[in-house]
Amino acid sequence: MDHLTKLEQQSIFIFREAYHYFKNIAMPWSMGKDSNVLIWLARKAFYGKIPFPLLHIDTTFEFPEMYQFREWAKEYHDIDLIVRVNDEAVARGVNYENYDPVTVTHELKTVALQRAISEFKWQALITGIRRDEDSTRAKERYFSPRNAEFEWDYKDQPPEFWNQFTSSVRPGEHVRVQPLLDWTELDIWLYIRRENIPIPGLYFAREGKRFRSLGCWPITHPVPSEARTVDDIIEELRHTKTSERSGRAQDHHERNAMQKLRAKGFM
Amino acid sequence: MSAQVLKEPPAQYAATSGTPAFFPREHTAALGGAKETGLLPVPEKDRFYIVVVGHVDHGKSTFVGRLLADTDSLPDGKLAQVQKACAAENMDFEYAFLLDALLEEQEQNITIDTTRILFSTRQRDYAIIDAPGHREFLKNMVTGAASASAAFLLIDSREGVQDQSRRHALLLSLLGVKQLIVLVNKMDLSDYSEARFQEIEKEYTAFLATLGLTPQHFIPITARHGENIAGRGDKMTWWKGPTVVEALDGFTNTEVLDDKPLRLPLQDVYRWDDRRIFAGRIEAGRVRPGDKIVFQPGNKTATVKALEAWGAEIPLASAVAGESVGLTLEEQIFVERGAVAAPAEQPPFVTQELAARIFWLGKEPLRQQRTYRLRLATQETSCVISRIDRVVDSVSLASTQSKEGHSLEVARHEVADIVIRTQKPVAFDSYDAISPLGRFVLLDNQQIAGGGILLVDEKKAEQLRSHLHPTTGKVDRRAREVRNGHPGAVVWLTGLSGSGKSTIAGELERQLFDLGRQVYWIDGDNLRLGLNSDLGFSEEDRAENIRRAGEIARHFADAGTILIISLISPSNASRNAVRERVEKGRFIEVFVNSPLEVCAQRDPKGLYAKAKAGEIQNFTGISAPYESPDEPELELRTDLQSVEECVAQVLEKIRSIPSPEVDWTI
Repeated sequence: MDHLTKLEQQSIFIFREAYHYFKNIAMPWSMGKDSNVLIWLARKAFYGKIPFPLLHIDTTFEFPEMYQFREWAKEYHDIDLIVRVNDEAVARGVNYENYDPVTVTHELKTVALQRAISEFKWQALITGIRRDEDSTRAKERYFSPRNAEFEWDYKDQPPEFWNQFTSSVRPGEHVRVQPLLDWTELDIWLYIRRENIPIPGLYFAREGKRFRSLGCWPITHPVPSEARTVDDIIEELRHTKTSERSGRAQDHHERNAMQKLRAKGFM
Repeated sequence: MSAQVLKEPPAQYAATSGTPAFFPREHTAALGGAKETGLLPVPEKDRFYIVVVGHVDHGKSTFVGRLLADTDSLPDGKLAQVQKACAAENMDFEYAFLLDALLEEQEQNITIDTTRILFSTRQRDYAIIDAPGHREFLKNMVTGAASASAAFLLIDSREGVQDQSRRHALLLSLLGVKQLIVLVNKMDLSDYSEARFQEIEKEYTAFLATLGLTPQHFIPITARHGENIAGRGDKMTWWKGPTVVEALDGFTNTEVLDDKPLRLPLQDVYRWDDRRIFAGRIEAGRVRPGDKIVFQPGNKTATVKALEAWGAEIPLASAVAGESVGLTLEEQIFVERGAVAAPAEQPPFVTQELAARIFWLGKEPLRQQRTYRLRLATQETSCVISRIDRVVDSVSLASTQSKEGHSLEVARHEVADIVIRTQKPVAFDSYDAISPLGRFVLLDNQQIAGGGILLVDEKKAEQLRSHLHPTTGKVDRRAREVRNGHPGAVVWLTGLSGSGKSTIAGELERQLFDLGRQVYWIDGDNLRLGLNSDLGFSEEDRAENIRRAGEIARHFADAGTILIISLISPSNASRNAVRERVEKGRFIEVFVNSPLEVCAQRDPKGLYAKAKAGEIQNFTGISAPYESPDEPELELRTDLQSVEECVAQVLEKIRSIPSPEVDWTI
């Protein structure tokens, strides 16, 4: 079995374990490449129909093409989609002109997510994070508990081995299930190529620039690139030595910004 | 980098671009470029997982940082960035900082949780797992090591073999990591002495041999200076063996499970459409349409009809170990998660008594006669530790034998040989034959608290194969139910003393009896006067009291009787264990609920008064906890409803037990 198939099959196993253990479960969907690979894997795991809702936390700062992709993909994959916005923060004027990126990200993403979890009482969320994205994500588990305050207790994580996972939650707590943990950015692209998985066009270069990672447009910067096809991107990644999230401003706002964001509930 | 905030999206991404092609191949075609086929342009390299273990401060993170730096595997600017951060905080730069991501790790100079780093040699891609060496974080070391195919074990040349050097090696052997390279680090601090290196090699080789481990190499290194990592340096010219990078590619990939007998533990059964898809991952062997399989435990046979796949143009012809599959079957059989599909002629062992070697990570010690949950592949059952035979000191490997009248316990980080009695039969294999079916975890209070392996020698295998199977008579439950016109069932009344269990049980029995039904009521107190008179009120004894009550109830239900049982039964785990033993759908858990104040006021037996006066210890509700049922079939508020109303609700529950064959005349 080749390396990519091994990753795929393990992810499908994780999906099925999560669906078995948690009856009330949802999958946040950012519409980015990893998120769309997740949808693909879920459809494989469950034979076409994703048996739980997807959640889009709309920051109101998505690229126009992302909204277009969302409406198309919702139909194509037959997704049960829930969209939530932190209206209260938007009304308060929380935006990138008035506040620093860490604050805005926390308010518009994490707080909105927390409210959605309280609203729907989800016991588990399936997320698309990968170990290679950030050094704090490297220390994650496949099934990673979050307490009632949505905090990640990285100092005392439960052990996880032999494909046995933490599967119990107390009221108010939830588990982050992370089927792509062992995938790399290159694996994601190799898989998108192999399976012809639909993705937004923002990843492909236009006028010498492309996005490697997608977030809110005011703080997401395209990188110089001539990669106009998936093949080009794969070729580019085989040689690059800059990090994937270098275009994401909130990560670099201060030392250990990601750790601070993530300890408070950010993906 | 300070955050630059844009006022508007970049021009080329400002608006939507007409009707885009979201499928990559269509996107490429629309560009007029070459058509992407989905086939890979170059053969993929395999990815190999290696864990780095050893005693705290023997240089694991420094070694990994150095390995990355010397093989040019760091992202651009990473080294400079970390060096700059160190300078800003007035700290000396350490290669370990490249890995320790968390603030606490950097400040305390200690790895807390495992980190994974990817790097490549010409032959293959590697994922290096840097595991913590501090004893406190052993569960993280286990988490990291369990996913590895090989290990580097570091030993400080000055300090030599230390506690975690031994403990980690023992855990590696239990986790099934058999390939090992020992790195004798910090050779500079021993003046690069070949004699010192050989001394450690000799001592540690002897220790590893007792664990059945034979390292591929011992290599002398200085991680801090990069000696014998990628390059050799000029300090250890006596060393003629390989450098670390040279030795790496000598690891071979893990055990091949494809050629073993089929083991497919079911994860779930999906019924989205007219198909019933039996989903699971093949842990060993292979499966094809037409294969005759048997599901164990349960001994149910079936024929594979098809291997389902979403989006596949042609049906799958076969699948092998590692693949997550979905089967449809020719026959309509009832099997659930946990059942293991296997060839009829090469089934796994099935038993309720497991002899295991375990390692314990729980905060509370593992104790004899206590109840835990056991998970083996996708099987899950509650279990009782019937014996702790010996506890192995994981540092010295000296063992403490159990003695008459003195029960052992297994403290955190200890290893032990134990015997486990499971509530449900378990299908398994010997760890050395089919490892995924020969290992299990124990959960304490819903947390994974230990792992264990099952080793079966020929003699034991013989015993297991000839082991008594449950005897079944010629009259089954269904036949009895058809004749009686009502289901056999267990009505389990749980609640505080004085909540009204006995009152309801008595009335329910009377009404069912008058209706001409097979019914019997057992009261918990009566059991304690006879069958359970050897039991007290400790946590263990209470669990055993309930287990026995449950077994009796189960037999009555199987005999077609409606068995009413009234028992405080304060623990969720104990009640759920009974539920598992009773035929599905025929266990009616009734939460007889009345506020504690009301119960205490009623106090029909005068027990609350005595408990409050301290005359009775461990009294539920006063000096011992009562866990309300999570999802009872029925909750009766005896402070708000009459006895008649309560009884009517229970009768309705019994009537609503689903039955494909019989219309209940109840």
